[in-house]
Amino acid sequence: MPDIDPAFLELPLRRLADAALGRARELGAEHADFRLERIRTQSISLRDSLLENALNGEDVGFAVRVVHEGTWGFAAGVVLTGAEAARVAERAVAVAKVSAAVNSERIELADEPVYADVTWVSEYEVNPFDVPDADKIGLLADWSDRLLAADGVDHTDALLRQVLENKFYADTAGTSTTQQRLRLAAALEAVAVDAAHGRFESMRTCAPPVGRGWEHLTGPTWDWAGELAQLPEWLAEKTKAPSVEPGRYDLVIDPTNLWLTIHESIGHATELDRALGYEAAYAGTSFATFDQLGTLRYGSPVLNVTGDRTVPHGLSTIGYDDEGVRTQSWDIIRDGVLVGYQLDRRMARLKRLGRSNGCAFADSPSHMPVQRMANVSVQPAPDGPSTEELIAGVDRGLYVVGDKSWSIDMQRYNFQFTGQRFFGIRDGQLTGQLRDVAYQATTTDFWGALEAVGGPGTWLLGGAFNCGKAQPGQVAAVSHGAPATLFRGVNILNTVQEGGQ
Amino acid sequence: MTERAELTSAGTSVTPQETVERALALSKADGCVVLATDRSETNLRWANNTLTTNGEMRSRRVAVISMLNGSTGTAAGVLERSAVAAEDLEALVRAAEQAARDAGPADDAMPLVEPTDGQLGSAGWTDPPGETSVEVFGSFAPALGEAFGRARGDGRLLFGFAEHVLESTYLGSSTGLRLRHDQPTGRVELNAKSPDFTRSVWAGVSTRDFAGVDVVALDASLRRRLEWEQRRVELPAGRYETILPPSAVADLMIYLYWTANARDADEGRTVFSRKGGGSRIGEKLAELPLTLRSDPAAPGLTCAPFLTTTVSHSAQSFFDNGVAVPATDWISDGTLTNLMRTRHWATKTGTAPAFPVDNLLLESAGATGGLDDLVASTGRGLLLTCLWYIRVVDPQTLLLTGLTRDGVYLVEGGEVTGAVNNFRFNESPVGLLGRIAEVGRTEITLCREWNDYFTRTAMPAIRVPDFNMSTVSQGV
Repeated sequence: MPDIDPAFLELPLRRLADAALGRARELGAEHADFRLERIRTQSISLRDSLLENALNGEDVGFAVRVVHEGTWGFAAGVVLTGAEAARVAERAVAVAKVSAAVNSERIELADEPVYADVTWVSEYEVNPFDVPDADKIGLLADWSDRLLAADGVDHTDALLRQVLENKFYADTAGTSTTQQRLRLAAALEAVAVDAAHGRFESMRTCAPPVGRGWEHLTGPTWDWAGELAQLPEWLAEKTKAPSVEPGRYDLVIDPTNLWLTIHESIGHATELDRALGYEAAYAGTSFATFDQLGTLRYGSPVLNVTGDRTVPHGLSTIGYDDEGVRTQSWDIIRDGVLVGYQLDRRMARLKRLGRSNGCAFADSPSHMPVQRMANVSVQPAPDGPSTEELIAGVDRGLYVVGDKSWSIDMQRYNFQFTGQRFFGIRDGQLTGQLRDVAYQATTTDFWGALEAVGGPGTWLLGGAFNCGKAQPGQVAAVSHGAPATLFRGVNILNTVQEGGQ
Repeated sequence: MTERAELTSAGTSVTPQETVERALALSKADGCVVLATDRSETNLRWANNTLTTNGEMRSRRVAVISMLNGSTGTAAGVLERSAVAAEDLEALVRAAEQAARDAGPADDAMPLVEPTDGQLGSAGWTDPPGETSVEVFGSFAPALGEAFGRARGDGRLLFGFAEHVLESTYLGSSTGLRLRHDQPTGRVELNAKSPDFTRSVWAGVSTRDFAGVDVVALDASLRRRLEWEQRRVELPAGRYETILPPSAVADLMIYLYWTANARDADEGRTVFSRKGGGSRIGEKLAELPLTLRSDPAAPGLTCAPFLTTTVSHSAQSFFDNGVAVPATDWISDGTLTNLMRTRHWATKTGTAPAFPVDNLLLESAGATGGLDDLVASTGRGLLLTCLWYIRVVDPQTLLLTGLTRDGVYLVEGGEVTGAVNNFRFNESPVGLLGRIAEVGRTEITLCREWNDYFTRTAMPAIRVPDFNMSTVSQGV
């Protein structure tokens, strides 16, 4: 296991926590927590193999959250002195006092064991912040050049993003955690331009963002060379592909596409804060209302979904959440029925659900933690079929690979997705790509039409860095595992016809 | 309370202006731009007639952009840090210079911007940064509490968010630029629902200081709309005559604006690319005399009159930091007239640069009617409230998908006669411009989908004869 960055440990973590928590106690807070974070980021982009942008960022700051006379108060600052920590604690209490005018629900938190002085570090081999920028730019340029050298590729975009997150948390109950995690995302896109006809088309790599280090770009966790070699051919095929005939199709969906459908239609819909209305004015609510816990038929009996913040290399994975709760793994959908939600300590107490399952997260030291998404994953069938076997069971359908466009309504019913590649299926055989395809469905109809899930060999952990929620807006990274899947009779739209052409 | 000037990490306290001067003095690069941004913000969030989260936050960021000239071109390195103490500035400047050495020549390299006499933003350099605090809600919070009381009394639930942000940005460069801008940004969103969540309505406003925010009026407008929803009408998917209010128009036009850059268009990669090569500048997009423009001095929507950025991409370049940002027409009398263009791309293509501005206005010459007038002159159609979850489906046409949200109303004989189910739409804002049948007067509005990023818009209500409601959504 890598060590926690000594430069983070040299910050006055304990001293500021003592000053803040002590002041909050003096002012009568019944609960207070202190969180100091350092978030290092690097974002590199190349356009047509030339460096377009390389931004290095570092955000250091701390926050004090209190419950004062039953009302939340939150304040944040960046001056790393004891006096400022005490001042920020005072401001948190002041915020609670101003907010009391609009609070009618006494804040109480679910109990959690105390973890004194625990540490946790994510699993990776090479810290990408230790890799020279020139090497990173060089690798992205090499990959871009391979694409540009191919027939039909006119432009490329290459993107590398890396984040090193260090968190120190301490609360008035006595828990204190020091954690470090790393994540990395890379993507290359090839663009074909047919200027004469005023048309263009693009195709992007499907490599998922992961909780890994630089080894994800150089090691065996993804076949970059193979994908880059095939991308121009797939792109060329797509530019010449026939436009899809809208209607009902059976779909075999690859995990490189399905992770996003899981994210939108299950991940967000089983966030308890949404079901209770806390996000109602912004991200929205959920059709999966609390009164249906244990009874809602979410999908077919082959649908089993777990939530976890523990899977190795998961983007939501961490040891302890931002309320000092030790992270866990639990069932969300079992045999097609809704059996669990994602929780934080306030909601767990409010709904008498016992312990929180550890989904509190704030994306920066200046934001208040809210319930954010665990790694929500569809489980494979232990002896399930391969992707080829699923395709073999389809007479007329589409094989969907890679995510692209996504949209879903505020109650998580109606969604519409596109993809990187849609291959036709005829009589159990792939027949080549189709273009202008979107699939659209209502969540429970879609998961109800799930006929088969593939075996463990088809399972892949996909994910994203950019899940948005809450006001002020917060961005979280999250992974979603999925096997290959077979759905019957899904509505397919032709996007050119949708545009009225 | 700690003085703002002391707001640095555990080292020597310096003001943002001093930070800029010291970093520039430390620079050994051939060119250097330093941005120091002090930000204070406060917010309240509520749901089910009670508080959910809140906060008061302060931060300071320093960005150093170092440029190094070499035999094959100019390289740039960008480092951005929060709360840098005076003692740590040298390390930051050296790191930016090292990043420039690692980066190699930048494609968009240009000479740094030179100062000009009387440039907007050059006054007030020595003034301390502005500041906001939770006390900005001093009269708003009690008024909101009273609204919760009324809502409990008549069986409604209120949800929403109020935020006030003040950012003071100081830009200095090795060429002698010293520019400063204070940007207040505020917004209130109020959402009301029936207790069973089957009816939902929304209102939002942008504000610079919360002084004019009228909670009672916002609440009253929501009560009226909830009453409209007493009668439910189920309608199927299809193309409908549709009235879009200014807020919904803003969300569509912002997406168009974000796509409107010259380089991508010139390279054949966007909806603004011309068949046969080049961009569609000069092409008529709308028969109506529609003008889409940005103006840093637009009344009620004022924003920075100079460019600041730490990121280079097709629409902007960090080499352009500090350049004066003039008012720009993107579409004039229905014709596409300009696309965002860096100085580099302008030089390369023999054109003039056009810089992004943090506001957007759509106007139609001579339009006078308001939303109510458009409703009154409608035989049968739909009246929308908001658009939501807007994403590109087909970049070739800028086909966007998304949902209607918080109120789709059936208009018959000039009056609202009931509430309709929500729809998923598939529409292009570019294609839409050519199909607008009627335009109202332009008013300041808060968009719904993009108000995390973009709050300064003025838009008209519009009538579209055939808006594509592609599928029905059960969502409320």
